[in-house]
Amino acid sequence: MEQKTKVAAEEGKQEIIITRMFDLPVELVFKAYTTADLIEQWMGNKVLKMENKAHGSYQFETKDASGNILFRANGVIHEYIPNEQITRTFEMENTGFPVQLEYLSFTQEGEEQSKLTMQIIFKSVADRDNLLKMPFASGINMAHNQLQKVMIQLN
Amino acid sequence: MRSHLVALYLLSNDCVMKLRRDVFQAIADPTRRAIITLVAASAITPSAIAENFDSSRQTISKHIQILTECEILEQTKKGREIYYKLNPEGMKVIADFIEPFRQMWDDRFNKLEALMKKQQSNKKTYGTEN
Repeated sequence: MEQKTKVAAEEGKQEIIITRMFDLPVELVFKAYTTADLIEQWMGNKVLKMENKAHGSYQFETKDASGNILFRANGVIHEYIPNEQITRTFEMENTGFPVQLEYLSFTQEGEEQSKLTMQIIFKSVADRDNLLKMPFASGINMAHNQLQKVMIQLN
Repeated sequence: MRSHLVALYLLSNDCVMKLRRDVFQAIADPTRRAIITLVAASAITPSAIAENFDSSRQTISKHIQILTECEILEQTKKGREIYYKLNPEGMKVIADFIEPFRQMWDDRFNKLEALMKKQQSNKKTYGTEN
């Protein structure tokens, strides 16, 4: 069966392209990406700020049970076209990973389906590979204790 | 989901993880990446590889050695000459490395889809959701 989510990371290129087909109209996918309480449900982060407009900004945060911040990320929105396009930066705070640039394209495919294409551009090829090397670092659990232990063992 | 993913990660065999890290170190170097590109085109002798670079033969030999140890390249003999070619299995390890990243996004998107489908059906039933 064909995979619904595809990731292309071409050798030597400083970008990752993630594509996903949804059995949803494009409006609903866009809504899930731009509504704070929906983002919190599917991303698993708390949304501290979400300004859906050009020159607006956003911030996500994840805390553990004792209230320690495990992960925090932010970015600035450069282009905002409802149901079509979001161009934004993304930065994981206090991780040493440089800011990345994200082009999110939303397209309707037929009546019931839609497609999301995320082109993520990194500062360098090495930065991209570092992120892929630590797949979970890109997600919600950068500083998860167990994960950190594994990473220390790896180094 | 988080604990599940971490558990999966911990279950992975140490050797496999070490190998994966080494493979990434191997391809992090631009000269080694250029060698991979050369060898991908066709099986080639070490001297033919070295001709493509300004670096010394010894330097290139060292790079070839690292790539061979990481099982990205493999040797074949034709007559008295040694040729290097790409080991498809070694390259597969690199492709596999993207898989956890892909799965992380796949999990998220599956959640997004389920969540919005629920919204969609609520809307159809009650017509109150915006």
